[in-house]
Amino acid sequence: MYDFDVVKPATVAEAITALGQDEAQPLSGGQTLIPTLKARLAMPSVLVSLSGIEEMRGVRMGDDGQLCVGGGTVHAVVAKEAQAHYPGLAGLAARIGDPAVRNRGTIGGSVANNDPSACYPAAVLGSGATVVTNAREIAADDFFEGMFATALDEGEIVTEVRFPIPEKAHYEKFIQPASRFPLVAVFVAKFADGVRVAVTGASEEGVFRWSEAENALSGTFNVEALSGLSLPGDSMISDLHGSGDFRAHLVAVMTKRAVGALV
Amino acid sequence: MTEVKMTVNGKPASGAVEGRTLLASFLRDNLSLTGTHIGCDTSQCGACVVHVNGEAVKACTMLAVEAEGADVKTIESMANPDGSLTVIQQAFQDHHGLQCGFCTPGMIMSASSLLKDNPKPTEAEVRHYLDGNICRCTGYHNIVKAIMAASGQDVSALAAE
Repeated sequence: MYDFDVVKPATVAEAITALGQDEAQPLSGGQTLIPTLKARLAMPSVLVSLSGIEEMRGVRMGDDGQLCVGGGTVHAVVAKEAQAHYPGLAGLAARIGDPAVRNRGTIGGSVANNDPSACYPAAVLGSGATVVTNAREIAADDFFEGMFATALDEGEIVTEVRFPIPEKAHYEKFIQPASRFPLVAVFVAKFADGVRVAVTGASEEGVFRWSEAENALSGTFNVEALSGLSLPGDSMISDLHGSGDFRAHLVAVMTKRAVGALV
Repeated sequence: MTEVKMTVNGKPASGAVEGRTLLASFLRDNLSLTGTHIGCDTSQCGACVVHVNGEAVKACTMLAVEAEGADVKTIESMANPDGSLTVIQQAFQDHHGLQCGFCTPGMIMSASSLLKDNPKPTEAEVRHYLDGNICRCTGYHNIVKAIMAASGQDVSALAAE
């Protein structure tokens, strides 16, 4: 790693001030950023550590019935504390990476990074959640803008994610065993007024909604409703782990399995 | 350089570190606690697992300055005060849960976290929990067996493979 300074603000306001410095970058759990720094793929002069900011941690039910997860909340805490309110989300959090990663990695870090194969973006988009930053609230549909790209401005951080709670939801992933990221994974959430299907790991554009499957499932919520539906492989990621066609095939299979787990 | 202070294995520890100094490096190079191994240095292998405030973390993927004020426990704190092995360590010895031993500190630290949360895990739960700990010698059979035995379960039906 190139060397850098680390500052440890205690409040969001102090963090935003610190992020105003030249070449400053936020550090949340560091489970992606630290390996990235080791590979010398980034060269910040200052890392602004968010892990000491108490107001960004924790899981609570909001007055409007939404589940509010602080941006600095680690996956292991979401796995435990969201279980009673939103088991589909807790189940996803409980299977990110491995236990040690889940004790450090945070939801805010994951959605801000928007790795095309990360788990959380599928839950955020699939739930129609709201991403809350220090400056504004952004609907999930407007937040994810492509591979490693989000609506966040320079120096803006994710302070909370607010999840509407569906009637039921399930996350099904096909693990790429070397990285333990999903090769392809699908989050299906059934709300009273419709179904959302979010896919991660597959597209060159990062997480996306499979609207054809959403329409079919909103009509009839069962596995048969998906029969015959497919996605083109040419817009999918194609690498040594799997071709675009294979990933497109997996999207349909994972969606069916997710629905199968819910009916 | 920044001065960091933490509690390591029950004793106060401090030292001057760079921003980029990893907790694993601080433990090994500043404190000479070389039981925490660095295997892959890419967050994959788990040989560097230590407990920070009671939770298993990969010491190669946490900055030393982030552990300021924390209670850190390493493999060196695992044995009983008289030097005898704890139940988990003894089970690894009894069931041949290691060959070269490089991954063992991380395996033991992860196993103790697992058994704290889940005192009687199933074989599947043990295997799932060890997702982030890689052994390149023995395969995992005897490691899983050792952890099952350490939880007080009968492992005689787990045939050697």
